Amino acid sequence: MSATTVKPAALPAEGRIGLRANLRHISALVRRNALQIKQDPESMFDAVMMPIIFTLLFVYVFGGAVAGGQQAYVNYFVPGMMAMGGLNIAMSVGTGVNDDFNKGVMDRFRTMPIARSSVLIAKLIVETGRMLVSTVILLTVGFILGFDLKTDPLQLLAAVGLALVFGSSLTWIFMWLGLSLKTPQAVQGMGFLVIMPLQFGSSIFAKPDSMPGWLQTFTDYNPLSRLADAARALTQGEGAIAAPTLTVLLWALGITVVTAPLAVRKFRDKT
Amino acid sequence: MDPGKLEGMTRFEQNLTGGNAVEVRGLVKHFGATKAVDGVDLDVREGTVLGVLGPNGAGKTTLVRCLSTLLRPDAGTATVAGYDVVRQPRQLRRTIGLTGQYASVDEKLSGWENLYMIGRLLDLSRKEARSRADAMLERFSLTEAAKRAAGTYSGGMRRRLDLAASMIGHPAVLYLDEPTTGLDPRTRNEVWDEVKRMVQEGSTVLLTTQYMEEAEQLASELTVIDRGKVIAEGRVNELKAKVGGRTLQIRPVDTADLDPMIAAVTESGLDGIGGATADREEGLVNVPIVSDEQLTAVIGLLGRHGFAIAGIDTHLPSLDEVFLALTGQKTSTPQDEQDQQDQQDTSLEEVAA
Repeated sequence: MSATTVKPAALPAEGRIGLRANLRHISALVRRNALQIKQDPESMFDAVMMPIIFTLLFVYVFGGAVAGGQQAYVNYFVPGMMAMGGLNIAMSVGTGVNDDFNKGVMDRFRTMPIARSSVLIAKLIVETGRMLVSTVILLTVGFILGFDLKTDPLQLLAAVGLALVFGSSLTWIFMWLGLSLKTPQAVQGMGFLVIMPLQFGSSIFAKPDSMPGWLQTFTDYNPLSRLADAARALTQGEGAIAAPTLTVLLWALGITVVTAPLAVRKFRDKT
Repeated sequence: MDPGKLEGMTRFEQNLTGGNAVEVRGLVKHFGATKAVDGVDLDVREGTVLGVLGPNGAGKTTLVRCLSTLLRPDAGTATVAGYDVVRQPRQLRRTIGLTGQYASVDEKLSGWENLYMIGRLLDLSRKEARSRADAMLERFSLTEAAKRAAGTYSGGMRRRLDLAASMIGHPAVLYLDEPTTGLDPRTRNEVWDEVKRMVQEGSTVLLTTQYMEEAEQLASELTVIDRGKVIAEGRVNELKAKVGGRTLQIRPVDTADLDPMIAAVTESGLDGIGGATADREEGLVNVPIVSDEQLTAVIGLLGRHGFAIAGIDTHLPSLDEVFLALTGQKTSTPQDEQDQQDQQDTSLEEVAA
């Protein structure tokens, strides 16, 4: 060995990973995920196209029938769609995560001195970024179609933030599912079974007033309804802000507290 | 940093007490009813290469996965650089590098980005991670491909990138899990050269392989396992002596020459030559040889006698023959594995050269 060899700083006795090191690992892994998107720009296709196509379809096909006019429906639909975007992207994480986490590079990560959660957290951060891009595109399309912001930009930002917080908590569920189920197809199948009723059984697309009573009860408890209501209150100035916002935050917290450790454990034990 | 120089087994030195970098005692790992690893003991002395030789399904990969904290053993103990695989996995992960049979690099990232990422995950500063990524690419002859996605690399380049990724943190112990399985002979030689260089520089390596030839090339000591159990161990030379070395195979044009050829070789009194046998089914004369000089002498002798020779080949013992010689029983290797072994026989061209 050469005489110039420099001894590295002594290791922490129990080998724990400090906060700063953890943040450094997460940022290196975020960079990895971001570079993957750069290498494969088509992976952004769903995040970019979905808000454009859904908004055009719903506003022009259902707008007249549901709200009596395109203009009125844009104002109803865009905040609802903010609630839905996160769910769709979270589901696509579930189908991709299996593929990604079966790759050899995950074995390398698992044999390295990093917290295993950092791999999942990095994924979460990048997916939340994808949700943000999707939301910006949704709002752009919305404004072009005549979406009317009746409050102020700050409240709009709050609505976007709330949607992202809830969306990222959903991402934990789907990372967990993606790691638990064997194939991407299984995740997609499971996802649709759960997602379709949640999406349509909510106040996202139509006011629940005209729904039968039992369904109204369901939509009342559906966190997507509360998120759509909060986004409407924050952008249209209609209805209470605090109550639905608090409900959504509690849901996000509850979902994260339960599913994040499950996902990390699944990742750790996957062989 | 000088790209050719791998300084520092420093992390290792801090925790090193005895001479063994890896100590495994009574290790057991089940998968359901299958005992993939069934009570394995082994030691890897610091600065040496231990070859773990065994057929497919012998438990080699399971053993490596237990030693790299990817699997939790069901019984027994294992320490690497003094750290226990079960109780001190975090510390242990700081001392190891793993290159598996399947490349563990990110295919969508470029070679450089892969190495930079690993450097950052190993707590190198940005500057240090950058310079080590550059140095490693140069050392493993990948500089020209540095900016290309690893997915576009050839098999050999990917394996080299994988080795570079494993070496970037200067691990005290390197696991190479069948590093050349699936590679063509030229690429395999490239990987061997790299491994030999790392060993010269003082790395401690645990190498698993299906090939006696690979074990001979790279390892100083050998543990032979089958069905999760150690069936032989010792220095490579000792085991080789038990197993026997190369055989020269001569195919006469006329099979009537088989016996006269054997007689000529036997009566020649050439140093150390004896035991020439005929394989009548194949129409071959087999002469066990221990050196290139003997090989030349036998061929010269047959030439002087004026035998008409249709072909000459040399043959290394296959894994099956190794097992047979060491244990008196055949491996559990299925037939297609056997075919792979046969491809290892030295070709005619190599003998001619």
